[in-house]
Amino acid sequence: MRYAETGFQLEVDLSKGSIDKVETDPRDTAMYIGGLGMNLKLLFDRVPPGTDPWSPDNLLIFGNGLLNGTCVPGANRVSVDTIAPLNGFLGHSLMGGFFGAEMKMAGYDRIVIRGEAPDLVYLAIHNDKVEIRDARHLRGKLMDETQTLIKDELNDKRAWVAAIGPAGENRVIMASIDCGNSSAARTVGPVMGAKKLKAIAVRGTKDVYLAHPDKAWEMCSRLRKELDANPNVGDWMATDEDDSFHHNNFSWGNARVRRKTFWSAELEERWRNLKYDHMSRWTGCWNCPKACHNLIQWPNRRRFSYKCYGKDTYHMASFQELDFTFEILPIAMDLGLDSYSTPQVIAFALELLDAGILTEKDFPGMPSDVRQRFYYLLQKIAFREGIGDVLAHGTSGAAAIIGKGAEKFDHNTVKKFEQLPIKLGKLNPAYFLMIATGEEMAITQTEGSFPQDPITDPELKEEFIKNWIAVPDKKFHEWFRQWEKRDQLPDDAMCAICDWNECMHYLDDSLGLCGFVSSFRGQFGGTTGYHVWNMPKVITHVAGIEFDKDRLWEFFQRIRNLARALNNIRGLRRHMERPPDDHWAVRNEEYEQQLLTKYYDFKGWTFDGIPTKETLERLSLGYVAEELIKNGVLTGNEVTALNDIRAKKKE
Amino acid sequence: MDSKRKKTKIVKEIKVDTSKCVGCRACEIACSAFHAVPKFSSVNTARSRIMVVMDEFRDIFVPIRAGDYAQAECNGRNRYVIDGKEYDACTFCPASCPSRDAFKEPDSGLPLKCDMCESVPPLEKPMCVDACTFGALTYEEREEEGAEEEKPGDMEIVFEALVKKHGKKKVMDTFARLSKS
Repeated sequence: MRYAETGFQLEVDLSKGSIDKVETDPRDTAMYIGGLGMNLKLLFDRVPPGTDPWSPDNLLIFGNGLLNGTCVPGANRVSVDTIAPLNGFLGHSLMGGFFGAEMKMAGYDRIVIRGEAPDLVYLAIHNDKVEIRDARHLRGKLMDETQTLIKDELNDKRAWVAAIGPAGENRVIMASIDCGNSSAARTVGPVMGAKKLKAIAVRGTKDVYLAHPDKAWEMCSRLRKELDANPNVGDWMATDEDDSFHHNNFSWGNARVRRKTFWSAELEERWRNLKYDHMSRWTGCWNCPKACHNLIQWPNRRRFSYKCYGKDTYHMASFQELDFTFEILPIAMDLGLDSYSTPQVIAFALELLDAGILTEKDFPGMPSDVRQRFYYLLQKIAFREGIGDVLAHGTSGAAAIIGKGAEKFDHNTVKKFEQLPIKLGKLNPAYFLMIATGEEMAITQTEGSFPQDPITDPELKEEFIKNWIAVPDKKFHEWFRQWEKRDQLPDDAMCAICDWNECMHYLDDSLGLCGFVSSFRGQFGGTTGYHVWNMPKVITHVAGIEFDKDRLWEFFQRIRNLARALNNIRGLRRHMERPPDDHWAVRNEEYEQQLLTKYYDFKGWTFDGIPTKETLERLSLGYVAEELIKNGVLTGNEVTALNDIRAKKKE
Repeated sequence: MDSKRKKTKIVKEIKVDTSKCVGCRACEIACSAFHAVPKFSSVNTARSRIMVVMDEFRDIFVPIRAGDYAQAECNGRNRYVIDGKEYDACTFCPASCPSRDAFKEPDSGLPLKCDMCESVPPLEKPMCVDACTFGALTYEEREEEGAEEEKPGDMEIVFEALVKKHGKKKVMDTFARLSKS
């Protein structure tokens, strides 16, 4: 008997047309839990280094978090993973909503897609009945329409359909996979397109079992009420209309212009009305007492919803106001383009036009109005027409193709992934480490447990510490107590902070918990819903696997090192671990490199940023060490970074 | 008739405010877990006796509670337009019926019906209401004066049906014969 998980994964090879329901080994669950953890294991085992990410041999995996589909509130994330065609490393994204729970009730912990269909298909799953169906009639169909047509075709309104739009079909790097109002991006969309898989429809009517029913239910009911009452979890932006933080601090256009005094009371009032005059309601994800989505009905547009910073990206990239985001989002969503990187790519293109690197000839028929230019470029990109065919490679990819100095305008990417458009003054060492080394390739997927700023008032500080039970170790209390200025903490504290922040994301992404009730929200107010002290109990009661804090931490280290090894074997090395040069105005290369060495050492990695054989063996990843040695990534005799002669030379 | 003497009865009501529903389906989860055997041993929203009829793109979020089983489909349907949004009749219909797969035990296909979480000792409120943190579902009990009909037992129903079909004499004769053997 398996609890919380079904014990089965669906393996589909679209080249062969084969569908297999494969029983999984419960020992793997104990080692890799589910979600991201299990996906990493599958990618490492089954996609050999050197595999072209566009090729049929790449995998696209929809991995349910272990706790999805159970009574655990806020557990609804599916980890969607692949090898990213953008840079050849891990491509990782999370999808909330209902797809995961439905998949679980259909009897599957994950769906593993391999191969490439001869022509466009979709996958229809109803419990044990799984079909690969012709989708040629859905070619070019928009996101909304695709989902509706498939539900009608299956005559099942309760099915959940995860689909790609035209952008995904055309293998645009910024393409997303959407299911209702939930979305996964960061290169999983174009891989789905490359596999000629238009959609996956899933419907399930099977039981998901709970290991210790009374305890599990009692604990989850309590957690539900706690999350509901806790103002520090969920998305503030759903109800707090003061969004001065993003507008005054983040950069506009192509991550270029700070407008430090943009926000005003008049603007806030105007935007508040703009929002509530067009808002239908707030909506939520499966089994979560927080409703973070704002459902908007804009004139002449289909109804859509947005969450968090997705409210800002389009109008900040175009120097417009909120009405432009509301106007363009449903169009961009229907084309199947994400709202994180797409606006940046468009702003980048328009900046190249201003700079004369691209010319009017590259944009035939483009209107002069900036709003119309965004629409024009959305269409060009989604259908890969003209300059859109170039921009479809993302900022970095497009810059390399365009050349002529365009590379200099690609100033906001790390390992080719677009980053939040943040440009600040003084270096923040913890953030340096997170942005440089995060395998999840986005700061929002790495930060979140340790506050972004110190509290200066001594009384408030002590009050904060008293309520801050989420810390895995009392040393974080001490560091927070002594913390006065943002950039000033001992290096070992900066390393430990980065480590803990990452840890919570890796745990969430494997358990299926949403970062907004867990990993991402600890930094604001300290009272996050989930932490290393209550997660083990939840796992034990619901999944029947004995966990404690230490075992959970070891699990994090295991999959963290697995993610690193997965990328190392594909060429990830120290020299690539650089935040954008202009992320901070004041930089100190020597200090940054010393800090990086210390962090690698802290992690048990070599001077080049590769886990040592000993580190891997300690985490039961001996087979990973063997692969790294076989591929010439390690010799097996390496020492950790600080013991490397190159580190000593610099001292 | 003595059995129909005047007294008050408790009417249990769940009030549904569709404007407050966010579509999290916590009600469905709670219902299916409560009715699992053993209690709380599984989650399966297909076994739930409450269902959120949901269409995000059209802003439709209507929790409905399973009512009586209907043998046949409706001979016509209504479409309701409320505040500019169009709903089909099934959106508000509690029946387990042949026209949709809602409110049917997924293994057997037998109809499901809400029992207001009857249990010993009784719950303060039904599980779905307890799980709804958004106030879309609220529970009310009110006393209503009225004749509470005493419900006939199972055997009574069977015998009444037999008498209706075969006549009292034939039933009595058969019963007498069978009771001797």
